[in-house]
Amino acid sequence: MTRALALVVAALAVLAVAAPAAPASEQSPTLAELERELVCPTCETTLAMSNSPIADRMRADIRERIEAGQTKSEIKAAMVEQFGEAVLAAPPRSGFNWLAWLLPFGGLAGAAVVVTLLARRWLRSRPAPAAAGSGPGANGGPPLDPVLERRVDEELARFDA
Amino acid sequence: MTRRTTLVLQAVAVALVASLVGLLAWQVVNKEAAAGLVSAVQRGETPAAPPLDLPELEGDGRISLASYRGQAVVLNFWASWCEPCKEEAPMLEAAWKRHRERGLVVLGVNAQDFEDDARDFVDRYGLTYPIVHDGPGSSLGRYGLTGFPETWWVDRAGRLVAYVQGEFTQEQLDANIEKALTPS
Repeated sequence: MTRALALVVAALAVLAVAAPAAPASEQSPTLAELERELVCPTCETTLAMSNSPIADRMRADIRERIEAGQTKSEIKAAMVEQFGEAVLAAPPRSGFNWLAWLLPFGGLAGAAVVVTLLARRWLRSRPAPAAAGSGPGANGGPPLDPVLERRVDEELARFDA
Repeated sequence: MTRRTTLVLQAVAVALVASLVGLLAWQVVNKEAAAGLVSAVQRGETPAAPPLDLPELEGDGRISLASYRGQAVVLNFWASWCEPCKEEAPMLEAAWKRHRERGLVVLGVNAQDFEDDARDFVDRYGLTYPIVHDGPGSSLGRYGLTGFPETWWVDRAGRLVAYVQGEFTQEQLDANIEKALTPS
């Protein structure tokens, strides 16, 4: 069980870290993809969704940089230098920013652990079904009172006779 | 699950929720404080100007608002792509030249802008008053700004005495400069 949980957590962490930008996209970025990955500083939406003057100016700057042959990382770094890290639509995977990437998966893994533990506890607290014909309480009910049991036996014996 | 494990898990959950609530409260309080500055000045109060310390647009130094204590300051937030800022720039330059002998400083805060564009703007309008650059716009929230241009007037004691959202008129500029220069 613990091993399975560890595997799930590891897989989620790998998912968070995985899927880096494709090399082709890194070397030859398009304006459209950078518009989705950068934020307009005044309107706090992605460039793709903004028509503000600064968004237009940023698009023009990105276009010039693409034509000059800059890579995606270089263009993003230039934008961060001008406007700070808040210009990135997704926080970079470094330092404190890791928290933003891992917290959702951590939350999911934590919830899975809690649900598993609660389910195990609930299953353990249920009374185990007793084996058939094992005397009093054989049907899962409470054992019969000995006086009552003796009386039932007497009645059955009289009935048989 | 042992009792101890349960307690530890509960403590972790409570700490996590408490920290998230704390973060939310901190953000709300900060926003409220900045919005409170605007309403306080509109009510005629004179709250202390929030600290401001930013790199110069031209040059390697930094300028702090506190370094102008004893002088009145026109604190103008602008960007080169902002149309009304183009109207305000010559008025600010003229006011700076006219009143600097009386102890007035115009401090431009260029924010959310490309530095090169800002320098071109300064050259085009022949601005000689001090200007700082705040690319990420980190100072905007503290002053309750919602756009460009916006202007605060700070008196000699470092208190906010007037505020105009959007483009100011010549009358507003002059009247608020007098208010900032006049000891209360």
